[in-house]
Amino acid sequence: MTVISVMTSPEELTLTIVAEFEAGADQVWQVWEDPRKLERWWGPPTFPATFSRHDFVVDGESRYHMTGPNGETPHGWWRIIAIDKPRRLEFAHGLADDSGEPVSGVPPMPSLVTFDAIDNGTRMTTVTNFTSAEQMELMLAMGMKDGMREAIGQIDEVLS
Amino acid sequence: MVAYKLSEHEVDQVFQALADSTRRDIFSRTIESGCSISTLASQYDMSFAAVQKHVTVLERAELVTKTRRGREQIVSGCVPTLLKVTALLGAFEQLWRHRASGIEKILNEEGEGS
Repeated sequence: MTVISVMTSPEELTLTIVAEFEAGADQVWQVWEDPRKLERWWGPPTFPATFSRHDFVVDGESRYHMTGPNGETPHGWWRIIAIDKPRRLEFAHGLADDSGEPVSGVPPMPSLVTFDAIDNGTRMTTVTNFTSAEQMELMLAMGMKDGMREAIGQIDEVLS
Repeated sequence: MVAYKLSEHEVDQVFQALADSTRRDIFSRTIESGCSISTLASQYDMSFAAVQKHVTVLERAELVTKTRRGREQIVSGCVPTLLKVTALLGAFEQLWRHRASGIEKILNEEGEGS
């Protein structure tokens, strides 16, 4: 098992994922820093990501798009807030328009990733703060398979 | 288009309502069992009117409902709205599980190659 714990706090609107990997922190850090590695895991199922820009320095920005099964290409961007290689990465993640530039008026979503050495590898903790409905929409639109969206819709039907 | 039915505006209201610690506390208490506003007011170091204002914000976000019992208003937490937010967070959890297994795959390949 890679993911060892998940904490969702509906009251705090945060999601914390703790995962452990049998690799050194430097190596795990590279899956974030190297855009060719990053694009192999960032996109959700059937939505591979392509990073056209990835300035992995403080205040540096990234631009990416994903390619969905029906040819749709949702765009997103990052801005690096803080870097302490290979221990801590803080970045904002936002919605971009079709030209790839940030959509104004939509607050970006802050994420904090920490990398801690453990006995046989690295523990990676990701904390995502949800700040607005737009950001949830972004993630759902970009990050969800149809099946997952349907599942959420079904929960809603059961409750209504 | 997303299939779930909690509108963007509704999600915003839930976020704003739960952004305050007193409101989170009121919500937790009233999920367990209904409370009158005066009972709630006795729990916090603030005026009846201030508590009432918090309840109104929660009510607007459909996190609580108010019913009249005699001369008192009973505030009850609304579980469906909480479950909807929980369901949305659950969807993001699935995405991160997928990402973590993708990272593991890359690291494993590198391990084999070295």
